[in-house]
Amino acid sequence: MSLRRLPPGFREENIDLDTEEFFVNMGPQHPSTHGALRLALRLDGETIIEVVPHFGYIHRGIEKQAESMSYLQYIALSDRQDYLTAIQNNWGVCLALEKGLGIGVPERGEYIRVMLAELGRIASHLVFYACFGGDLGGQTALLFGFKEREMIHDILDEVTGSRLTTNFFRPGGSVHDVPDTFIPRVTSFLKHLEKTMVDYERFLSTNIIVLERTKGIGILSKEDAIAYGCSGPVLRASGVSYDVRKNDPYGIYSQLDFNVPVTYNGDTYDRYVVRIAEIHESIKILRQCIKQFPEGPYRGQEKASIRLKPGSYYSATETAKGLYATYVVAVSGDKPYRIHTRGPSFANLAALNTMVQGHKISDLVSILATLDPVIPEIDR
Amino acid sequence: MKQKVSPISTAEYIKRYAKRCITGPISLLKGLSVTVRYFFSPHKIVTEQYPENKKTLKMHSRYRGCLELIEDENGENLCTACGICEKACPNASINILSTKNIAGKKVLGKYLYHLGSCTQCGLCVEACPFGAIRMNQEFELSNESVDSFEMTLNKKEGRG
Ligand code: SF4
Ligand code: SF4
Repeated sequence: MSLRRLPPGFREENIDLDTEEFFVNMGPQHPSTHGALRLALRLDGETIIEVVPHFGYIHRGIEKQAESMSYLQYIALSDRQDYLTAIQNNWGVCLALEKGLGIGVPERGEYIRVMLAELGRIASHLVFYACFGGDLGGQTALLFGFKEREMIHDILDEVTGSRLTTNFFRPGGSVHDVPDTFIPRVTSFLKHLEKTMVDYERFLSTNIIVLERTKGIGILSKEDAIAYGCSGPVLRASGVSYDVRKNDPYGIYSQLDFNVPVTYNGDTYDRYVVRIAEIHESIKILRQCIKQFPEGPYRGQEKASIRLKPGSYYSATETAKGLYATYVVAVSGDKPYRIHTRGPSFANLAALNTMVQGHKISDLVSILATLDPVIPEIDR
Repeated sequence: MKQKVSPISTAEYIKRYAKRCITGPISLLKGLSVTVRYFFSPHKIVTEQYPENKKTLKMHSRYRGCLELIEDENGENLCTACGICEKACPNASINILSTKNIAGKKVLGKYLYHLGSCTQCGLCVEACPFGAIRMNQEFELSNESVDSFEMTLNKKEGRG
């Protein structure tokens, strides 16, 4: 056996003496690793034998910081985890806090939450579409995705006061009521989006280059997906119908009529198809909400300072990336004893090694794009 | 590596190859038609001509820009120097320096605001029980010198 030492993280046992292996670092300043992520690749020619992700380049210690902050201040920090789904992270944190406070949300507040969260989901999937197209070499798709996303962010800007770091939900409701222009704007945006979705799909879904580069590439089996704890579109593309909104409904999702798109091949193309189908489902949810949007208070009882009853509280929500869970341990006072976040990108990234083995480097880029990881959420 | 390729006959292979030669370019043209259509419909342009449209560009009223004290026409503010906003801020961007007025009452001396560390979260505005502060719609906040980020918001001493 060779005495050659492998760089840290690689598995020693599958060393092959016949081939001339070498190691390449991809990232942390690589445009297609979607942030400060370093992938250490073990290559045989251009074929990947193993990949080890290294992260922590933008670790800010959010969970530790939270211990010296009040609960309200932590909501502002949850924006800065997965910045593409900030509004859904706000919701996840608020759900856990509401359990600890034993309060609910008025009906209008729930509708506001669902609508903003679904808008955020569409925005996040559009970024996926844009980056996926861009990583495959289609700059037009990159610009297309960001075009419609900008409209969503303009709506979010008007409602919440910020495009990206929304910091909008509070235990018991939200900071403000939605402005009168909100419903008409969403209605006209949905009309526009449905029209452009036809263009979107025509652009990538049947394109021969996309099909050749995605079908049968990066297959993640159902068993592996479950074993690695994948969630969200990555899990559903492998044939597991699990969506927190359906299986463990929170908010008013149990009253809404929507499907959970599932595909069964688990390859790169399927993960793309699932996300496109989810955009259509989100449009459906938004349409229902617009129809049923109630009058009334948007926020329940306000409290000057938020003190949770001692105990531990857990909330699970489905963000655009997957299962986002918050675990809060409260002892006394208005500060948490401990907060832990379960982020979807971290678990999804763990499955990368199984998916890329035997594929080329260029496939790694497209596979990574369909995992849709957001690095600040992995590092926290 | 994992997927199994089922063996196919040469004739079948040629047939598939020929079919792809035809369907492939068609699918490319289909995608390209979208691009061409957008190229010839300039009314669909969504980009903003940013520095040129500065005069007409307005942020929404809820937009969180720079913190400011709400002042009346005489420059008087409502702040009572209670320090609640200072406590609400997650990153200590606010310092309230209180002082005593002639009557010996605690009033606002200096409202120090550090724009450099402010994250525009708006928690201070929410926390203020007297409605003395707001966030303005300023978005061009970058500056050449760090000193300009250290601001004193009040022009006058508070009235308490
Ligand atoms: S907006 Fe947030 S970060 Fe800025 S001063 Fe107010 S509380 Fe502090
Ligand atoms: S701005 Fe409001 S919260 Fe802050 S010190 Fe003045 S009165 Fe108190």
